[in-house]
Amino acid sequence: MEKLIAGTTVTVNEEGYLTNFAQWNEAVGEALAAEANVVLTPRHWQVINYLQLQHKSNLPLSIRQIGKSNVVDIKEFYQLFPNGPLKISTKIAGIPKPASCL
Amino acid sequence: MKHLLILGAGTAGTMMANHLRHNLKEDDWEISIIDEKEEHHYQPGYLFLPFDIYQPEDIVKSIAEFIPKGVSLIKNKIERIIPAENKVAMKTGEMLEYDVLIIATGAKIAPEETTGMQGAEWQKSVFDFYTFEGSLALRNKLREWQGGKLVIHITEMPIKCPVAPLEFAFLADSYFKHKHMRDKVDITFVTPLSGAFTKPKATAALDHLLQEKNIHIVSDFAIEQVDNDNKKIIDYGGQEVPFDLLVTVPTNKGDALMERSGLGDDLNYVPTNKATLQSKDYENIFVLGDASNVPASKAGSVAHFEAEILTENILLYIGGQPLKAEFDGHANCFIETGNGKALLIDFNYTHEPVEGTFPFPGVGPLRLLKESRMNHMGKLAFRWIYWNVLLKGTHIPFVSANMQEAGKHF
Ligand SMILES: Cc1cc2nc3c(=O)[nH]c(=O)nc-3n(C[C@H](O)[C@H](O)[C@H](O)COP(=O)(O)OP(=O)(O)OC[C@H]3O[C@@H](n4cnc5c(N)ncnc54)[C@H](O)[C@@H]3O)c2cc1C
Repeated sequence: MEKLIAGTTVTVNEEGYLTNFAQWNEAVGEALAAEANVVLTPRHWQVINYLQLQHKSNLPLSIRQIGKSNVVDIKEFYQLFPNGPLKISTKIAGIPKPASCL
Repeated sequence: MKHLLILGAGTAGTMMANHLRHNLKEDDWEISIIDEKEEHHYQPGYLFLPFDIYQPEDIVKSIAEFIPKGVSLIKNKIERIIPAENKVAMKTGEMLEYDVLIIATGAKIAPEETTGMQGAEWQKSVFDFYTFEGSLALRNKLREWQGGKLVIHITEMPIKCPVAPLEFAFLADSYFKHKHMRDKVDITFVTPLSGAFTKPKATAALDHLLQEKNIHIVSDFAIEQVDNDNKKIIDYGGQEVPFDLLVTVPTNKGDALMERSGLGDDLNYVPTNKATLQSKDYENIFVLGDASNVPASKAGSVAHFEAEILTENILLYIGGQPLKAEFDGHANCFIETGNGKALLIDFNYTHEPVEGTFPFPGVGPLRLLKESRMNHMGKLAFRWIYWNVLLKGTHIPFVSANMQEAGKHF
């Protein structure tokens, strides 16, 4: 479905995740963060850039793997994006919600 | 004479030994299988042991009983795989050479990954039911437990049989009802996922059942530590859940052998092509069952479907032909819901579990994603099928290795 956010029309899935990363920009990221009640600081942006880089390289994302990334430890990741940091941060970053393996 | 070597004589390795001995000429191919244990455990039985539904003798048999004639069974611990030399080193120092290697070493729990999990309360008020020892110790605890806060907890995904912790919660509800003490037990299900399960339609059905059985759910909980002194689990966000009895599913990992061999990912699972089951790094190494990193359920039923497809692929590989990219992630799991009922789910990489009928479209007799007694009979029959059909590599009539779309309400 389509959604107008920060003056840009983007396509999102039922859960509100962008389906096309090309439609993402920093203003969209800011607006998505506001929807999730997160105020973005430079630390947030470092994590978001890291997530986007991983996604571009087709590398899987998990809390465990982010904890080992040297970008942020799990404790801080939770402080930055409280209550489900992985699903919130990936939404703001404009990348798919990581599939938790079955 | 060529040599095909199978690592691990659990569910998947045993099935491959049976399939391949049947399909490869004894004059051309020697087949060996290595395991460090002598006993084969029916792991789905670990779910029933704590509730006195199964006894230990129902779920333990000897490995040798299921290895066919013409396959040599070697009892030893595998120390290292040396893929560049096509060799496997054993704990006792011997080396085995192979032409084709099948990795089927499974997955096991790693409670040491979580701070405090194996602390002072381990097997006193903190238990697992993913090992025989844990499950038996929990049975003894439950027999005398007077009630309080029961917390059922998943540490992180992926885990073997991802529905087993939910089934444990449902069976606990029914167990305490039968003991006339349900009112003394407060049951909470704590999960790192956002709901009861990973797939939306099944989550909706299961969330509903949890509610109906008065089981509380705490979701998005990523555990940081078990606090043994204050008997609570604490997550990275600071959230706390107190317990009197904690039944946890620790992190699951592949065998440490993969780390020693430089063959695993960060959880010691072997990177594997999800459609052909060939290892991503070595063309004469194949992987099936819980040991691989394919994004399918870690379940015996999955290993069964994989074994049918992998047998074909190994024959193609040996014949110098291209492999078939056939495995679709097919899984088929019964979910015990307590009080003599169960649900059935059937799904693959791309299709989530939905309602419908199984295995005959429109007929059943099993119903998908709906509680029924028939499904429960199916779950109990699974143990017989496991020992008598599955391990022997016999095809289950009417159930295909690839998922059927007919009869399902997508
Ligand atoms: C509580 C519970 C409930 C379950 N319920 C279900 C269910 O209802 N339905 C279902 O389909 N599945 C269920 N499963 C999952 C199922 O049991 C597994 O998916 C299946 O057994 C995997 O088979 P495998 O051959 O890959 O591994 P395993 O059967 O675990 O075999 C691995 C073998 O490798 C050997 N090994 C490993 N490392 C070494 C080494 N270094 N040296 C020598 N030997 C080694 C081990 O000793 C073992 O025998 C359940 C599992 C659990 C724990």
